[in-house]
Amino acid sequence: MAAPKKGRSASAQSKPGRALALILIALVALTGGMFASGHTTPRLGIDLAGGTSITLTAVNEPGQPNAINKTNMDTAVEIMNRRVNGLGVSEAEVQTQGNENIIVNIPKGTDSEEARDQVGTTAKLYFRPVLASQVGTGATENPTASPSTSPSGSGSPSPSKSDGKDAATEPGAGDSASPSSSPSSSATSQGRALTDALKADPTPSGSGSPSAKASGSAAPTATPSADEATQALQAKFAALDCNDPKQRAEAGKGKNTDTVVACGQDNGSWSKFILGPVGVDGTEVDKAQALLDTQNGTGWQVVMDFDSKGADKFADITGQLATQTSPQNEFAIVLDDEVVSHPYVQAAVTGGKAEISGSFTQEEAQNLANMLSYGALPLTFKESSVTTVSPALGGEQLQAGLIAGAIGLALVMIYLVVYYRGLSLIAIASLLISAALTYVLMALLGPAIGFALNLPAVCGAIVAIGITADSFIVYFERVRDEIREGRTLRPAVERAWPRARRTILVSDFVSFLSAAVLFIVTVGKVQGFAFTLGLTTLLDVVVVFLFTKPLLTLLARTKFFGNGHSWSGLDPKRLGARPPLRRTRRSVPADPKEA
Amino acid sequence: MSKLGDLGARLHRGEVGYDFVGNRKIWYGVSILITITAIVGLAVRGLSMGIEFQGGAVFTTEKTSVSVSQAETYAEKASGHDAIVQKLGNDTLRIQISGVDTAKSDEIQQQLAKDLKVDADTINADLVGPSWGEQVANKAWQGLAIFLVLVVIYLAIAFELRMAIAAFVALIHDITITIGIYALVGFEVTPGTVIGLLTILGYSLYDTVVVFDSLKEQTKDITKQTRWTYAEIANRSINSTLVRSINTTVVALLPVAGLLFIGGGVLGAGMLNDISLSLFVGLAAGAYSSIFIATPLVADLKEREPQLKALKKRVLAKRAQSEHESEPAADGPYDDEPADATPAVVGPRAQSGARSRGRGGKRR
Repeated sequence: MAAPKKGRSASAQSKPGRALALILIALVALTGGMFASGHTTPRLGIDLAGGTSITLTAVNEPGQPNAINKTNMDTAVEIMNRRVNGLGVSEAEVQTQGNENIIVNIPKGTDSEEARDQVGTTAKLYFRPVLASQVGTGATENPTASPSTSPSGSGSPSPSKSDGKDAATEPGAGDSASPSSSPSSSATSQGRALTDALKADPTPSGSGSPSAKASGSAAPTATPSADEATQALQAKFAALDCNDPKQRAEAGKGKNTDTVVACGQDNGSWSKFILGPVGVDGTEVDKAQALLDTQNGTGWQVVMDFDSKGADKFADITGQLATQTSPQNEFAIVLDDEVVSHPYVQAAVTGGKAEISGSFTQEEAQNLANMLSYGALPLTFKESSVTTVSPALGGEQLQAGLIAGAIGLALVMIYLVVYYRGLSLIAIASLLISAALTYVLMALLGPAIGFALNLPAVCGAIVAIGITADSFIVYFERVRDEIREGRTLRPAVERAWPRARRTILVSDFVSFLSAAVLFIVTVGKVQGFAFTLGLTTLLDVVVVFLFTKPLLTLLARTKFFGNGHSWSGLDPKRLGARPPLRRTRRSVPADPKEA
Repeated sequence: MSKLGDLGARLHRGEVGYDFVGNRKIWYGVSILITITAIVGLAVRGLSMGIEFQGGAVFTTEKTSVSVSQAETYAEKASGHDAIVQKLGNDTLRIQISGVDTAKSDEIQQQLAKDLKVDADTINADLVGPSWGEQVANKAWQGLAIFLVLVVIYLAIAFELRMAIAAFVALIHDITITIGIYALVGFEVTPGTVIGLLTILGYSLYDTVVVFDSLKEQTKDITKQTRWTYAEIANRSINSTLVRSINTTVVALLPVAGLLFIGGGVLGAGMLNDISLSLFVGLAAGAYSSIFIATPLVADLKEREPQLKALKKRVLAKRAQSEHESEPAADGPYDDEPADATPAVVGPRAQSGARSRGRGGKRR
């Protein structure tokens, strides 16, 4: 691209009409697409629209040199997303930036304080026994098979069949429509899967028969005593409407030793629960991973490893729960005060290794595994910067940017008119086409790649006016040089093009290179700027090739320009062209001259 | 315009022109002087880094009638730190408090809202942790380094290594000068400044590329003639593209001037202002260096090549021999100029018979 083909590229030169048609069609098509998509204005960034933007930077913990990696960052983003959107914040964005930053953009009109408190804090994951539950209605028709939990002694996923649910343990009354997909957690010390009791399953029965392990530890009492507190709780439970985001945000709060009400989602509908005190802390989960169980066809499952303390506690709690009836044989996995899963237990899980299986999709299993692994955020974050912009100031800044752009554009146009006279018409038309293309693309890139126009991006667009106009200047000056050599306009236009083209390509490539490097390497505001600069540089090339040059070729055929009218900006006399005396002429490429 | 057009024509023909290359020592001297001043300024005064690089809070209020000193008192009371308060063009206040962390600055914001009797939501806050600015700056330097390496490689391919080196030197020179001016004048360095500085990269090379392109063209068959030395041709390249360089620079500066005017005049301090200020300084430096530094430097580097050394000898010898034939460089029609048109014609002379067809340049 540095040295384009010498000579004539037939398409652009002999068929100027075609190139013009092409770019105009493209513009019309893009504009049509813009209106069709309904996004007729570019998305505005926080600094122009108002709102809060929080930049969180992951902190390297001593002893975990490699903790900051893509997986962990993605998990953190996911958890933060849950939290921010759990607040009922509309259109909050959480995205990574660079290798160690997460940007949270919260549009105006939402409680940014609350959101700020939420995103940076460490998530809390607990296992609490379920005391009562009312599963949401409006769930899907097909009750999903319940995930079951079974210990696996080895790393291999143990076969467990849980899709046949035990009708006896099904919560029959009260929620007929409920597809309460409660995972059954069955335990064997040998790492054998325990199948659902009712299913005649060819599983070699190890020790896996569900037996209430009478572990002497303080198991949470699962029977609400009829004291006042309980009644209050019952009332609270009855009043709780989990479909209301506000109430949801309030639910689930309480001390670890309290009995609480909480909400949770089952297949897209909300259920509510009364949960006992925390049995196991999420930090006591060593790791969890999603595995595909190929042996029994139970599909995806999540395998949990507890640390020793967690293993003991979990054995206790599951031992307790296994003796209960539904729903009190379930334990709830509570993340950020919300129930994310509530598998039921059939037997104590004693090995410190449990698996939750059911008809998970791969994504569900991985999500659950992530949550279990990182009940806390996988990384510690600190707030690097918080910007709060009122809509008024945002609007002001946008206005100022637009005014500056208009002034810049006007100044450039005036200069071009003064210097290039008639030629400036071509330049101005090209600038306007560039501006229109830039605007349309920005509007389309909002929904397409999440591009948001921020103040630096506006600056980039304004600076690009100069870069775009420079290309015309390079070309026009070349044409003028050719006229000074004594050529008439039409050959001059054609001869000037290959050289001007090379200059333009090299310069624009350098500009684009700087924009691309900046976009890839930098963070924050610099990125928005680099993006616009790169975009406009590309458009500059497109416009010069498909619009400016063909237009000049066409206009060279007109009398006004072709005969060098004194206002055309191409008047040989004014340009100081001289009839050649004894100067050698530059060697000419053998192009057939149009007569 | 006709005067300008005529000047352009005479520059183009090499009838007039300034001997940039011949006087390069002067300009090198000027540049070295400026660079040294810049470095000294940097060493002695250092850069005044904006709040974004130290960590702290910047609050911007809505229009208010509270006086600057009053606001300063409020801010210092609320934060326990020193505060800098500026009144901006549109009667809003800009309150900067350094050395507070993001958590603390929330309280300050609430307190300020109470003191100034405005709704807390109308106060714009920009809270920056101490390491964020550093991260932004580090990434920017990283980007700069990567870009420099890539651009040198690219220019070496597009033109040649010596030109790439000269462009690189010119670029470093621009950046140094810009940073130096910031140090000397005491402009505050903000992320906006960094953005502006980085933009200069691509842009300052624009003019350089235009001159180099012409130079490459004109020196294509340089060894096949004995009329001009490389330096003389380089000089003519600068002169013939002078109008272009001036125009591109002016056109680039105009929108930036618009930004500067709006950013500084209407909005008071802010991102627009910071970006446009460093752009303005950098662009001016870039235009200067492409003409006075980059190309003369190429000439210097090239004249060290043995074949061009030999050429210079030949040219000078020939001139000494046939004094009546020779003309001073950069003045006079270029008979034996190297063929520089697209498909190169081998040989020093192009056939003069094939003067433009048609009646080019016919005066009416």
